[in-house]
Amino acid sequence: MEMWISQLFNGLSVSSILLLIALGLAITFGLMGVINMAHGEFIMIGSYTAYLTQNLFKDLLPKGAFDSYFIAAIIASFLVAFVIGYVLEVILIRHLYGRPLDSLLATWGVGLVLQQIARSIFGAPNVAVSSPSWLNGGLELIDGVVFPYKRLFILALVAICLVAMYMYIYRSASGRRMRAVMQNREMAACLGISTRRVDGMTFAIGSGIAGIAGCALTLIGPIGPNIGTYYIVDAFMVVVLGGVGKLVGTVVGALGIGFFNTMFEWWSNASLGKVFVFILIVAFLQWKPKGLFAVRTRQLD
Amino acid sequence: MTSIFADRRRLWLLLGYIAAAAVLFCAPLYLSDFRLNLLAKFLAFAIAALGLDLLWGYTGVLSLGHGVFFGLGAYAMGMHLKLQASGTRLPDFMDWSGLTKLPWFWEPFKVFPVAVALGILIPALLALFLGFFTFRNRIKGVYFTILTQALVIIVTTLFIGQQAYTGGTNGLTSFTKLLGEPLRSDTMKTVLYLATVAVLVLVFMLCRYIANSRMGKVLRAIRDGENRVRFLGYNPATYQMMTFAFSGALAGIAGMLFVLHVGIISPSMMGIVPSIEMILWVAIGGRGTLIGALIGTLALNYAKSGLSEAYPDFWTIGLGVLFIVVTVFLPGGIAGLIRSGAEAVRRIRGRGNMHESGAHSVLQGSNRSV
Amino acid sequence: MSQAPILSCKEVTVAFDGFKAVQGMNLLLLPGELRFLIGPNGAGKTTMLDVICGKVKPVSGSVSFHRRPGALDITKLQEHKIAESGIGRKFQTPSIFAGLTVMENLEIAMSQNRSVWATLRATLKPSERERIDEELALIGLGDQRHLRAGLLSHGQKQWLEIGMMLLQEPEILLLDEPVAGMTDKETDKTGELLQEIVRKRTVVVVEHDMEFVRNFASKVTVMHEGKLLKEGTMDEIQSDDRVAEVYLGRGKGRDAHAVG
Repeated sequence: MEMWISQLFNGLSVSSILLLIALGLAITFGLMGVINMAHGEFIMIGSYTAYLTQNLFKDLLPKGAFDSYFIAAIIASFLVAFVIGYVLEVILIRHLYGRPLDSLLATWGVGLVLQQIARSIFGAPNVAVSSPSWLNGGLELIDGVVFPYKRLFILALVAICLVAMYMYIYRSASGRRMRAVMQNREMAACLGISTRRVDGMTFAIGSGIAGIAGCALTLIGPIGPNIGTYYIVDAFMVVVLGGVGKLVGTVVGALGIGFFNTMFEWWSNASLGKVFVFILIVAFLQWKPKGLFAVRTRQLD
Repeated sequence: MTSIFADRRRLWLLLGYIAAAAVLFCAPLYLSDFRLNLLAKFLAFAIAALGLDLLWGYTGVLSLGHGVFFGLGAYAMGMHLKLQASGTRLPDFMDWSGLTKLPWFWEPFKVFPVAVALGILIPALLALFLGFFTFRNRIKGVYFTILTQALVIIVTTLFIGQQAYTGGTNGLTSFTKLLGEPLRSDTMKTVLYLATVAVLVLVFMLCRYIANSRMGKVLRAIRDGENRVRFLGYNPATYQMMTFAFSGALAGIAGMLFVLHVGIISPSMMGIVPSIEMILWVAIGGRGTLIGALIGTLALNYAKSGLSEAYPDFWTIGLGVLFIVVTVFLPGGIAGLIRSGAEAVRRIRGRGNMHESGAHSVLQGSNRSV
Repeated sequence: MSQAPILSCKEVTVAFDGFKAVQGMNLLLLPGELRFLIGPNGAGKTTMLDVICGKVKPVSGSVSFHRRPGALDITKLQEHKIAESGIGRKFQTPSIFAGLTVMENLEIAMSQNRSVWATLRATLKPSERERIDEELALIGLGDQRHLRAGLLSHGQKQWLEIGMMLLQEPEILLLDEPVAGMTDKETDKTGELLQEIVRKRTVVVVEHDMEFVRNFASKVTVMHEGKLLKEGTMDEIQSDDRVAEVYLGRGKGRDAHAVG
């Protein structure tokens, strides 16, 4: 029983991080038909921003203030990834709209460059970020099952991001513009929506959220230039599974992949677990080839 | 008049191909051992690139999973070589992992022809299997691409994880002989090189035949409008599946030759980065032209071997930038550049003959369709 | 009406995410007939064609294709099987293969064994070349045969597609607005093409252009809001009050804007 609960909790924790990463991917793909392979590098950018913030707090501020660095790190990660995302969109991504396969290759190149830049600046070996002391330890609700504060904190962080995202997409004016562009780009443009601004903003927000994910990952383990590549393929599988165009699809996809990953790895081992999850995804797509939530259209090709 | 012109052009093309093949076949006469080995490796890569081009350039299906097919072929050959090298004993890494008996699936690889057949069949069947469950359900475009990339991840983790059966991270190496002859001898190297050229020429002719056949036209039609093809009465899924399996088989052949030239295969050589690098070979050369895939493979690999050792950091960034530049600004690759250059020359020179009328209606068409 | 129909659609209903595009539509086609399908925007005409060629599966109802060997249940077949059994479809926007030459477009459209193995070995036989040449002359694209189809003008693309349909030799041909976006001259030429086509096969045409429809003395089916409104000759249709109401919005303001 205890094992089950802690495994379920692990699954939830894995899912929540996947969700944070996949959110930006799903939105950019749905909105612009762009597959952003450099998305993983925004995770890395977020992680290194957290690392830098930590160093800054260590060097400049009195010892007592150190523990609060993490809140600043979250905000900084978002902002840095947001800005770099916006710049990337303006320089490159907007030339690749509606060309998913080309965008995939070009952004993979971007990812490679960003990784190499990180390697040149921070060195190839992993660096560690020391977590704030208030996140050490854990909550023991049931005998024998400890819920680490770090994981609980990440869950809460993801929940906040999700709610904020929901409010933005479905309740705010700029979110409404974003949905309009997603559903019918030409029509939205005719109605006077600046699709360029919407694209740029959306891409930047997706990148920023990946930055937050990267910041959260520093709580779990050391970080390196390749940190994004570990997560990116799973995040893409979330998009494939969840379908494009609805937030709830991404949520369900992330939960599904997170849980099954954890469960299969628990029952067999890491390498076989991945095989099982892959087979399960392919099997699922036999039933719903367009993912869980897909919008039907009348277009021919 | 058109046909005479076309025939003459075809004759020149044929002569060009024959000359290129002759240059390749004579390479042992003028290249050092080291350079010959390098070229052999690149030509093996080119075989994989041809298959990938048929799949991506012609059919419009982008696979990021060809590293796996390449790797499976390479492992098939590697297993045979390992068994040859170990003689009657167990392969060394099995010993270290505590195995006492050769696993059953290693048995068939003792026989060379069987190993070669499996090196082609296993990748082809895996591709067919994945293709069946995706194309049939119209899982295509990026969805398919992402699934192939996931395939790479799971196969490499599987190979790393099952150390006792696959040699783990180190892969398979320390081969000694092939068919009783020492692998490192000069004669063997020359023979292997010539075999690679022969296979490449055969594969090139086969791919050219396919591309020029009516099937090739259907493949290009699928690239332009898959659903439309369906309403003409073709089943695109079968075509995509067959092409995927065929290009998987070619990658397997390339992998087998690669192991013979390089003497090692490990999971890192079939991972995400090698898989996507294969795409770049085709992209740089020019997708949709077979000769482009060949040129691209050689050009990129020579650049890599020249630059990556001297400036590894610069190479990685250069590779990334190349990806961006080629996909955004040069979708036709080197072959596209050459073609548009040739067309420009022809337009300047060919004023007044029938080509002008062609160019004229091109202009007309493009004006009106805007 | 003693002749047996070649195609019968009974009580066909199609729904997109709950919205019923077609509701209980009936349609009988006789062999060799030319039928026009008209109606205001959103009447479900294109959807009806989609059902017949298999692009859309109806939630209920039946579609049977009565070929000589026996009836085929269209709703249970995949698109390429339907096309292969003899139902051809021309879409509203020209959908030719832009990367192939005019000749190549026609070559793959030609009725033939369409398996991978067969096309791999196929060569252009003299008889096939002749057929394609005839077709090129008919659609007037003989001079453009080696041009990439993507470079053709809009009208030329439409004709190419019609030529492809003809080489496909379907028993039933479905045409969706073949003259949309064409100049008057192009429209006339398409009309001539259509007369040619009708001689050999059953044709269904979705059309908005009433002038164009009037040129053909044939049966017209009017659809409205996914249902059959009226079936008859053009004269009967024009004198029908309900049709006038739908088209001119007499009495019903909300339909006024829906006139094609």
